[in-house]
Amino acid sequence: MPTIYIDDKPYEVKAGQNLLNAVLSLGMDLPYFCWHPAMGSIGACRQCAVKQYQDENDKQGRIVMACMTPAADGTRISIDDPEVQQFRANVIEWLMVNHPHDCPVCDEGGECHLQDMTVMTGHNYREFRFKKRTHRNQDLGPFINHEMNRCIACYRCVRFYDDYAGGDDLQAFAAHDHVYFGRHEDGVLESEFSGNLVEVCPTGVFTDKTLQRHYTRKWDLQSAPSVCHHCGLGCNTLAGERYGTLRRILNRYNRAVNGYFLCDRGRFGYEFVNSDDRIRVPQLRYRGDKDTEEISRDDAMRQAAEMLDTSSGLVGIGSPRASLESNYALRKLVGKDRFFTGMSENENHLVSEVFDILRNGPARSASLDDIRKADAVFVLGEDVLNTAPMAGLNIRQAIRNQPMEGVEEMGIPEWHDAAVREVVQGEHGPLYLATLTGTKLDREATDTYHAAPEDIARLGFAVAHELNDDVPAVADLDQDVQQLAEAIARALQNAKRPLVISGVSLGSEEVIRAAANIAWSLSTAETPADIHYIVSEANTLGLGFFESGGLDSALEMVESGEADTAVILENDIWHRAAPEAVESFFDTCKQVIVLDHLETGTVAAADLLLPAATFAEGDGTVINNEGRAQRFFQVFAPEEPLQESWRWLGEMCKQQGNDPRWNSHDDVSNMLFQDIRTFAGLVHVAPDSEFRLNNQRVPRSPFRYSGRTAMFADRDVHEPQPPEDPDSPLHFSMEGTSKQQPSGLTTFFWAPGWNSVQATNKYQSEIGGSLRGGDPGVRLIEPSKGATPEYFTDIPEQFSRDATEWVAAPVHHIFGSEELSARAEGVSQLVPDSYVVLNPADAKRFGDGEEITVALEIGSSIYTERVKTDSTLPEGIVGVPVNIEELSKIQLPDRANITEAESV
Amino acid sequence: MDKPLTQHVNVESPPDLKAYEQAGGYQSVRKMLKEMAPEEVTELVKNANLKGRGGAGFNTGLKWSFVPMGEDAPQPKYLVANADEMEPGTFKDRVLMEGNPHLMIEGMINAAYAIRASEAYIFIRNAYKLSEKRLNQAIAEAYEKNYLGENIQGSGYNLEMKIHVSAGRYMCGEETGLLNALEGKRATPRAKPPYPQLSGLFGKPTIVQNVETLCNIPGIIVNGVEWFKGLSLTDEGGTKLYGASGKVKNPGCWELPMGTTAREILEEHAGGMQEDLQFRGLLPGGASTDFIIEEHLDTPMDYASIMEVGSRMGTGTMIILDDQTCPVAMLENLEHFFAQESCGWCTPCRDGLPWAEKLLHAIDIGEGKPEDIEKLESTSKWLGPGNTFCALAPGAVEPLQSGIKYFREDFERHIKEKRCPWR
Repeated sequence: MPTIYIDDKPYEVKAGQNLLNAVLSLGMDLPYFCWHPAMGSIGACRQCAVKQYQDENDKQGRIVMACMTPAADGTRISIDDPEVQQFRANVIEWLMVNHPHDCPVCDEGGECHLQDMTVMTGHNYREFRFKKRTHRNQDLGPFINHEMNRCIACYRCVRFYDDYAGGDDLQAFAAHDHVYFGRHEDGVLESEFSGNLVEVCPTGVFTDKTLQRHYTRKWDLQSAPSVCHHCGLGCNTLAGERYGTLRRILNRYNRAVNGYFLCDRGRFGYEFVNSDDRIRVPQLRYRGDKDTEEISRDDAMRQAAEMLDTSSGLVGIGSPRASLESNYALRKLVGKDRFFTGMSENENHLVSEVFDILRNGPARSASLDDIRKADAVFVLGEDVLNTAPMAGLNIRQAIRNQPMEGVEEMGIPEWHDAAVREVVQGEHGPLYLATLTGTKLDREATDTYHAAPEDIARLGFAVAHELNDDVPAVADLDQDVQQLAEAIARALQNAKRPLVISGVSLGSEEVIRAAANIAWSLSTAETPADIHYIVSEANTLGLGFFESGGLDSALEMVESGEADTAVILENDIWHRAAPEAVESFFDTCKQVIVLDHLETGTVAAADLLLPAATFAEGDGTVINNEGRAQRFFQVFAPEEPLQESWRWLGEMCKQQGNDPRWNSHDDVSNMLFQDIRTFAGLVHVAPDSEFRLNNQRVPRSPFRYSGRTAMFADRDVHEPQPPEDPDSPLHFSMEGTSKQQPSGLTTFFWAPGWNSVQATNKYQSEIGGSLRGGDPGVRLIEPSKGATPEYFTDIPEQFSRDATEWVAAPVHHIFGSEELSARAEGVSQLVPDSYVVLNPADAKRFGDGEEITVALEIGSSIYTERVKTDSTLPEGIVGVPVNIEELSKIQLPDRANITEAESV
Repeated sequence: MDKPLTQHVNVESPPDLKAYEQAGGYQSVRKMLKEMAPEEVTELVKNANLKGRGGAGFNTGLKWSFVPMGEDAPQPKYLVANADEMEPGTFKDRVLMEGNPHLMIEGMINAAYAIRASEAYIFIRNAYKLSEKRLNQAIAEAYEKNYLGENIQGSGYNLEMKIHVSAGRYMCGEETGLLNALEGKRATPRAKPPYPQLSGLFGKPTIVQNVETLCNIPGIIVNGVEWFKGLSLTDEGGTKLYGASGKVKNPGCWELPMGTTAREILEEHAGGMQEDLQFRGLLPGGASTDFIIEEHLDTPMDYASIMEVGSRMGTGTMIILDDQTCPVAMLENLEHFFAQESCGWCTPCRDGLPWAEKLLHAIDIGEGKPEDIEKLESTSKWLGPGNTFCALAPGAVEPLQSGIKYFREDFERHIKEKRCPWR
């Protein structure tokens, strides 16, 4: 390990770093702007200047930029040298020449990196007496504010947006002190990751527009560590609340999962929690036959008891967007044999397939970090930027890995970002995409294959056969597909860390199985190959652990008379089964109890409705698609009687004479992993509610939090006690200690002098590495290393279009296809209107000209939709957007009839 | 005396390839391809001590020697001619390109061969439209006569040559800014290391060379090291194109032995100051060099000698300040240029130079304050090499800090009298 000398003191540092990285990893303070731990150094801002000396005798030294200087063995620098301190202060002075005096009205104030670095350098007096340069701002869409006067030209925004995330509609324009960062014209930012600008920008140029609508200062927020509920990846977040409304989502660093970034669906989807459509009190709904009646909590429980007592049989319909605890509580109430996962029957089957493959096979379930480290990637059937966007962001980094080997040979360090990119140019490692239609990731791909699901599977099976003779060959494979399979197999075989990505998005079992065959063929006794299965929702894979049936089985139980009372947990079942079946279910089912957050079609059909707490209003655990169990903590105590579903269900159990004695989350959690052994690892997910640091709880608010006693003065002038929290070691106040808490209990990132998100540096064991004490979350699924897999041998026939019927296949949208985020105010503006998509040759059958409308008939429902065309979509297939408007009732894939129709 | 650079220059009507060949042109290419290995060309140019005429004065052959050679070297390699002459006060390359375009092309072929480059670009500034036209014509002629293209003169060596016209910024004259612009990116500089010899155009080994430097090479190849050294008055070989602008009787550009004194250029060739004007100072090499004054005029104009009197020879085209021109206004003009041409990448240049310009403007219109001079001095000090990302800002403050050093009283008068005494 190299030794460097800082102000004459020796320090051991990790090899290969630059000095800024080394200094920060040592826990010391050095100001910077343009360097970013995920994006490396460019040396533009000049803020991280230090004095470097040739040897002990050199008393003069010269000023160098720490971020651009290797921390080589024997390097001697001074941070405290007066001349370089003055230089650093001058850099701030120069930045302040044009910086507006916006602090009091700027959203960034209080978590502003520029503020922090200004204070750190000591500059405080304005000598500049002339006019500042100003800019015109742009409307960049519903998520991001633009205030260019504040720009300090650190170039982080375009480096993140274009270089890291692959965008192209945010650029640097003009030059000198007029340099401008924006779009060529006003318009919605196109990148799925635009929201990260609010954290990447060190000042208030790019700020959270959704936060601005209900703005509050960072120090006035009550926050808790949470997990994003808007897809299956389980990115870690920090959710902040004030006055009972959720204000914003911030990234919560977790090296193993999301790292430094979130996607826009996850960052801005939270607004559904504040929706006017929230259910906040228990209601008698009468299935919409009469006016809704709001009732008290006690009345609701009495009503529930009556319904359960008079029932001839219960059925419990769980949910992949509800926590493990809530699903378990439902299972406890209705009994193991009457509990169903609530996923569509097909999805339930696919998830259980994935679960078995991950548990019993030799391939290892890859985390997002593993994706980032892969050096050859093959994606089967997933439009990742829409189904699991952060996986897409990490694939973009993965394809940089192979070219990096050439760079290292030239002696260019990895962190020298511009030099690395210059040498690499556009080169990238192997990325093969086999998807239904063209995707935004296609232009980074080595090759793409757009085909029907069965053909995607056939390609996958062919790749596996190339890798492994034990796997059957694919008969009648097209020549060019065969060649592609050979190329993919070669790329995976020659890679050091090959990765296969697939998932449930196309609804195809064969695609999932083909992916397994490939990953298994790549696995050896010592080294499991990585496989990453994308699932739809926050707890989809978690439900796989319950090994229960899907929705159809639940509906069947009612149809057959075995059950006449349904308890439906956080699930709009209209999205998960054929509309005829759901309608019949509601007709047949005598009593329906629903627990949920928002008005839905299922809520409308309820008899008794109970208000379920959202992720921000309760505690729970979810398991992401990797198999990582992660705990989300209650951010704020909602107004009674809103509470977690598991609490409602626990009370209902008690009323049935089966009191589980769940006084706290610990109680549910303990019972859960004792009852279901596959959950045994859950005990390590987070410290239990008794955990204390120096006998103190961990505060949810920073010590500058204001107004705690005045907040409710309009209702009661007495000083309120903070709400109790029996479920966790966190405290609903600013009192407590946040030093050295376990990583999973971090409620906000802060350190003295570091009020911005940059404070994350102080929580890592090394910059860009894991959090001190380990990254939160526990992997519950490990491969059966070295196991001989039972390869799948059923290879589907080639897709051929039917003479009379169409195949309706799912098309996913980052904004709209996930139920909860689609109800967020900002996100909802970007949800497309409903449509169907056809290959242009197919579209011609139904009309000429630009505007074609068709009638799509599936089952006994007819949907009239405008037609979009996509030449990458195979003929004979109609693409149906998932969960958009009335189309949300369609179970995909399915067969369809299409006829011409009059305009909508 | 030999004038290898300008002997065939005819700005009205430059020699076409036939006339150029008749006058001895392209001899160096034929000789080189027949008799010399690439490494030998590099060694020859190194020994001749040809210093880069773009302003840095680095030994040209030494620069070439860092390009990886041999079979395993990355391909393709590039030679780029920096024809982006935008240093204020500089117009020497224009004379060469308009007056004898074939000389530069010949020099480029020599240099490209020495590093085994297979592609050559001329990066030319937007405003030099006549040069662009004539160079294009010359290139076409060279292709026709197989001095460019495949298997040049039957040697097996291939070289493609193209012109790229700049979209127009001073930063494109900075070697790495030029490379970025040529690649279609924003014209901002690159950090060195890695040097362009290792990672240059499109990440491949590249040499960027000034026009005048390239024009020196054919002579060296044909006539040898001793001849080249013999042309100069000091130990820095060759001739130099010197220029003079400002209120002199005969502003212009002349090829003279390297090391001719500033006084000789000013008084003999530029004809001295105009009627009733006194000499106050000059910038020896264009706007980004320090002033030298009367007492320095007998200094030989070569790289080392000018450095000893606290300035840089730079491009060797002098800007002369007379006593009827306000130095503050002159500096304001210069800093306006530099502030405007800042690429905007690094903080001190982007935000420090406009401040300097605004201070100079305030002083010039009589709104200066005493502390303004100190602020200008400290700005000059802080915008030194290493503190900024490239050399634009250090160059920008050279005239400023030396202007204050030599003309401080003039600044103080503006501030005290609250007006410009020259108006």
